[in-house]
Amino acid sequence: MKLNDIAEIVDGHIIVNSTGGSPDIVSVCSTDLMSDVLRFATKGALLVTALNQSQVIRTAEISDIPAVLMVMGKKMEREMIELAMEKNIALMVTHLPAFTVCGMLYAGGLRSCLED
Amino acid sequence: MKIKDSIEGCFQLMGGDFTNAGTASSELKSILSKLGVSQEVVRRAAIAAFEAEMNVIIHAVAGTMHYVVSSEEVRITLTDMGPGIQDIELAMQEGYSTAPDWVREMGWGAGMGLPNIKKNADRFKIDSVMGEGTTLEIVIYTRKD
Amino acid sequence: MLKVNDIIEKIGLDIRVSGDMYKHVTGCYISDLLSDVMAHSKDGELWITLQTHPNIVAVAVIKGLSCIVITNGRLPEPDTVKKAESENITILTTPKTTFETAGLLYNLLRSE
Ligand SMILES: Nc1ncnc2c1ncn2[C@@H]1O[C@H](COP(=O)(O)OP(=O)(O)OP(=O)(O)O)[C@@H](O)[C@H]1O
Ligand SMILES: [Mg+2]
Repeated sequence: MKLNDIAEIVDGHIIVNSTGGSPDIVSVCSTDLMSDVLRFATKGALLVTALNQSQVIRTAEISDIPAVLMVMGKKMEREMIELAMEKNIALMVTHLPAFTVCGMLYAGGLRSCLED
Repeated sequence: MKIKDSIEGCFQLMGGDFTNAGTASSELKSILSKLGVSQEVVRRAAIAAFEAEMNVIIHAVAGTMHYVVSSEEVRITLTDMGPGIQDIELAMQEGYSTAPDWVREMGWGAGMGLPNIKKNADRFKIDSVMGEGTTLEIVIYTRKD
Repeated sequence: MLKVNDIIEKIGLDIRVSGDMYKHVTGCYISDLLSDVMAHSKDGELWITLQTHPNIVAVAVIKGLSCIVITNGRLPEPDTVKKAESENITILTTPKTTFETAGLLYNLLRSE
């Protein structure tokens, strides 16, 4: 699923678009704990989180996650947005809570990341 | 991978420095990629290094991350000055964490770091002296023989 | 409206502490950050989280949540179980991920 499709489903805005073509999202990981992300095979996954810290982008970079979706309309510091640009990680935001987002994306056919 | 001699380097880590937390592992990841280490090894090394780096940032005062890459293996050694780990066996258990509430609000402290480091390493050693510090040695083989 | 009991049956959750099983589930909130749950969850919601420490019980009591569901095969700490028993808070667990649990529950709550 492309980022534009996801943005449409969850009524989101793309804040940072990845350069070099929109990634094809194959799975989803919904969590606010970064060590949880690092346990899963997250290549090509979308990270759904309410944690608005730069650590989220670092974790995405380390674990080959191409896109992050910030829920609850959480405000992000400039630092976090700039890091996403630098590391070429797409960043989206939606005002919806994680439950609605997960429900909609699951209904849209996306599935969970598998344990690595 | 074409490495004749081994390549090494070192990063300084500061306890509590969340702003720069992760930069060492991020840099290590890109160094390994450039050396032509297989993607799977890069991924495992980066994840193990990142968890270990975050542990120094979160639980210790200061430390270093040293790496050596040879044609055989990637060896990452983290040495910190800090409180040390009282019961290593307990600390290795999934879900065990002494992280304070504020750390949990920063997205860490699930007690999954050390078990995940072990899972990603081919060899893993942890030594700790209470009141002095902790040393972690993580080895990942670059060749599958 | 679905009760905690119905949800356990329909999406297959393991019971760790059984509190009031007939509480109505008004919705669901997903979060692993306690401050977030304190700020945004609503009365009667089922809470999906990875957190296992005793503070989750306090949050559930204060916010009037219908139950706590711990995902990814994680188990509540012994102190968490004790506290939940004394506060009559239901704790459920599942080996499924948060995303999958949410996907199933969303479908279930919507079809009601
Ligand atoms: N470098 C260290 N110095 C002192 N204590 C440590 C160090 N690394 C780990 N520990 C201790 O071991 C426990 C378990 O570590 P682990 O990395 O598994 O979990 P965590 O850091 O608490 O949470 P997570 O890694 O999931 O964010 C820590 O809570 C801490 O008590
Ligand atoms: Mg850790």
